[in-house]
Amino acid sequence: MSDNKQKMINVTIDNKTVSVPENTSILEATRSLGVYIPTLCHHEDLCVAGNCRVCLVEVKGSRTLQASCATPVAEGMEIFTNSRLVRTARKHVIELLLSEHRGECLRCSRNGNCELQALANEYRVDEGLFIDIHKEDQPDISSPAIQKDDSKCIRCQRCVRACTELQSVSALCVAHKGADMKITTFWDKALAYVVCTNCGQCVSHCPTGALTEKNYVEDVWDAIYDPTKHVVVQTAPAIRVSIGEEVGLGPGKRVTKKLVTALRRLGFDSVLDTDFTADLTIIEEGNELLQRLTKALRDNEDVALPMITSCSPGWIKFAEHEFNHSLNHLSTCKSPQQMFGPLAKTYYAEKIGVDPKDMVVVSIMPCTAKKFEAARPEMMSSGFRDVDYVLTTRELGLMIRQAGIDFEKLEDGEYDSILGKSTGAGAIFGTTGGVMEAALRTAYEIVTGREIPFDGLKITPVRGLDGIKEATLKIEGTLNKYNFLEGAELRVAIGHGLANARKIMKQVESGESPYHFIEIMACPGGCIGGGGQPIPTTNELRLQRANALYEEDEKMQYRKSHENPEIIEIYEDFLEKPLGHKSHELLHTSYVKREKN
Amino acid sequence: MVMTRDEKLAKINAHQERVNLIFEKIDTLRLMEKVLTLDNNKILEYIKESGLKGRGGAGFPTYLKWKLAADQKSDVKYVICNADEGEPGTFKDRKILEEQAEKVFTGMAICAKVIGASLGYIYLRGEYNFLVPLLVTKMNVFNDDMKKFGFNFTIDLRSGSGAYICGEETALIESMEGYRGEARNKPPYPAEKGYLGKPTVINNVETLVYCTMIVLNEGKKFKNFGTEISTGSKVFSVSGDADVEGIYELELGMTIQEFVDLFGDGDTKAVQVGGASGFCVPRKKFKETIIGFEGVPTGGSMMLFNSSRSMYHILMNYMEFMQEESCGQCTPCRVGCQQLVKGIQAIKHKKRPASYLDELVKLAKTMRVASKCGLGQSVANPFISIVENFREEIIY
Ligand SMILES: Cc1cc2nc3c(=O)[nH]c(=O)nc-3n(C[C@H](O)[C@H](O)[C@H](O)COP(=O)(O)O)c2cc1C
Ligand code: SF4
Repeated sequence: MSDNKQKMINVTIDNKTVSVPENTSILEATRSLGVYIPTLCHHEDLCVAGNCRVCLVEVKGSRTLQASCATPVAEGMEIFTNSRLVRTARKHVIELLLSEHRGECLRCSRNGNCELQALANEYRVDEGLFIDIHKEDQPDISSPAIQKDDSKCIRCQRCVRACTELQSVSALCVAHKGADMKITTFWDKALAYVVCTNCGQCVSHCPTGALTEKNYVEDVWDAIYDPTKHVVVQTAPAIRVSIGEEVGLGPGKRVTKKLVTALRRLGFDSVLDTDFTADLTIIEEGNELLQRLTKALRDNEDVALPMITSCSPGWIKFAEHEFNHSLNHLSTCKSPQQMFGPLAKTYYAEKIGVDPKDMVVVSIMPCTAKKFEAARPEMMSSGFRDVDYVLTTRELGLMIRQAGIDFEKLEDGEYDSILGKSTGAGAIFGTTGGVMEAALRTAYEIVTGREIPFDGLKITPVRGLDGIKEATLKIEGTLNKYNFLEGAELRVAIGHGLANARKIMKQVESGESPYHFIEIMACPGGCIGGGGQPIPTTNELRLQRANALYEEDEKMQYRKSHENPEIIEIYEDFLEKPLGHKSHELLHTSYVKREKN
Repeated sequence: MVMTRDEKLAKINAHQERVNLIFEKIDTLRLMEKVLTLDNNKILEYIKESGLKGRGGAGFPTYLKWKLAADQKSDVKYVICNADEGEPGTFKDRKILEEQAEKVFTGMAICAKVIGASLGYIYLRGEYNFLVPLLVTKMNVFNDDMKKFGFNFTIDLRSGSGAYICGEETALIESMEGYRGEARNKPPYPAEKGYLGKPTVINNVETLVYCTMIVLNEGKKFKNFGTEISTGSKVFSVSGDADVEGIYELELGMTIQEFVDLFGDGDTKAVQVGGASGFCVPRKKFKETIIGFEGVPTGGSMMLFNSSRSMYHILMNYMEFMQEESCGQCTPCRVGCQQLVKGIQAIKHKKRPASYLDELVKLAKTMRVASKCGLGQSVANPFISIVENFREEIIY
């Protein structure tokens, strides 16, 4: 490793000497010593801000205290993390933040998981040193996905940095100065009317309850309690490896079967799986890709390539705003959630003898953008709103707690059928690279009649957390129908986080994209890092959740979407064939051009 | 001891004539011609020997700043003249730019030569936009002259929008780059990583003129004035309850008493030195307080208050200014300023006990060490110096 050559710096922290690499921040240096310095504006996903001033430390010889997150170590530095001056300043900073904050902890969805609350607790600020100056701003509830309450904002700008750096959306910005400084949108418009993609990365990075998902828990309870309603629930791939974390079992736990039981216990009438429609997406999207490749490479027709996945509604809205001249590159496939809705309200409703007007479809998603997606006006192909309510992992966790369910002690359960069975390919949809891997497993086999030549079906080049991943797959030994692909190199790319999507799309827009097929997920890490997932989300947690999905994949009876017996059944029984008439009616969609501001 | 206004003016004028660096008419072209033949180290030596400290308020030794920038390895470097002049009570940079623009440009060019910059910018306060035509005309002539000398250095102009914080050097850079005016974390300092990430020297208008004069006089004259720690002279903006107001270049190191004797109306109860970020000196400390880095440093603002003035209102005025002009990004400054305003109001209106003032002083002390930039750090200066010296006026 080149680390050996790195220059080492000696510093003393609270009288203990340590040697750390050059350019290490004081904060990192102290953490390596096991000294804990509180932070608020710091987040490992984001650039350093140094604005909350909670992580201040004393550096000998320095006129002022130093923000440890923003100050690199220097040779011979003597650092004190817990001096009188430091503690007083830190307490003042916390007191000041509290004085500006609507301190209604008991009425806040982040109660118990709030970084400000935790600090207030640590510093015993019960006496309220300063005058309460919180503003009586009303929350912005315009968006179906995200709610913004400025009165709880501590101006750490983590949301702004997430929106700008991770997502390159910049829907959120800082406006005004001094006492009026606040986090807002362009021209102070309501969130529903700006370029916000509803991805929820701002929510996921907010230390307090200033940014939250729009909560639909009570609506879902109402539906469950309504005896005239048949309430169907679908669970997204990523939920099975994150709901355990949300209810306190620790990260990276696979709890699929307990999840099923919990949903039954909550009173859902049918417990079904978005993984099933993930498999279905692969069939439809895989065939769409092959159709486009056939047109382009065999028939020399003008068709948009690369084709880009369309399962991530945050990504879709981003594309509709920012790259609306390239929307023909998007697969016309609906996302698995939106394939599920109309199938539930047509095919499944008929099967179980329920009038679709009495059916309520609820989905449990790692995502806030899914709330927006479900509310899109075109998502009514069943004749009703296809998906009625979308809950995040966090909202489901809340329902489980409200129902007094001891999640860990739950017995195992099985999904109902049909629309309940899935494959390992469906499961890995929940992580970046997963859709690509699932699609390749199926497409390669359609084209060659053989299994994709990767050990244990693990297509490792598309796995992992690199922002943009690329892979090339040589196609050999094609079946007759696809002999125009013989010897071709299929080039694919995977991007997650919209900042990476932007880079990929710039290439697409300029006509220089070398790929045939691209997977894009709005959130860093894909759905396992979605805006509806447990807070906090860090790279370590993303990896743990992703690994759990890969484990799930390996443990499944079927690992290729086209082998899913229920998929075979639904085509025989109802859909007839991929890209057929019914598919077009129920499973495919179109996109709208939106403005850039 | 009490002088008539004419006697005062005569004394002040004599003092000014004796110093006369900033407003002295010189042939800047001839100077530039000579400068271009000088060794950079020689120039640095002049600046070093002069002991010149920045006149923008922070008082950082100019020699060190230039040296640091000169030592950076980079093909691209910048010189920026800070003409944001936002400190309440200062208006001297405006007059210097109006009357001595060439000397400012020359200072920038000297700096450019020393550090290796080929572009310079004047960051002009939004409210001074009326100066733009004049400056652009003179700038074009200067730029042409530099071209004629074969010296690759061009000056351009950037306008601010009137935010006080944009005078802070890193917020100024953010503003120039098209972002919101917010202070950056330091280090790195602008001399290492400034405008567009390149080594950048930012100097106050007046500092640059002194550099011109120091090089003209080969390091001499300037140091004849002032004290060991505060060498040279300084341009003061005198306002308030003054018998003599306006802009005057005076030696550093005089006491507030000497100053008040010259400028006051005979009833001066306090002098605010350095504007809203400076210190209030009460009458009882006039004799012992030196104007300069060993006593009260100042960017030039000298506001005199006589006994008709309410120190509560003066304090409120400064605090409200800071509350509004804080960029708002960091907690101690954004919320601290609001608490200081609300706090003294609450005490005045008996909503909080007088002892709450002590809590506010502690808060101000925290702001001094915990704020991210000089704005928040300096709020304690007026607050503590006024509260401690005029406690009764604040409370009752
Ligand atoms: C809030 C704030 C406002 C400032 N405004 C100005 C200003 O208007 N003009 C100025 O020259 N320096 C101003 N400064 C100081 C600059 O940050 C910087 O120190 C100075 O321009 C350096 O030049 P000098 O070394 O020549 O003084 C300000 C600093 C702060 C913290
Ligand atoms: S001290 Fe004030 S002006 Fe400076 S960064 Fe903080 S909030 Fe902004």
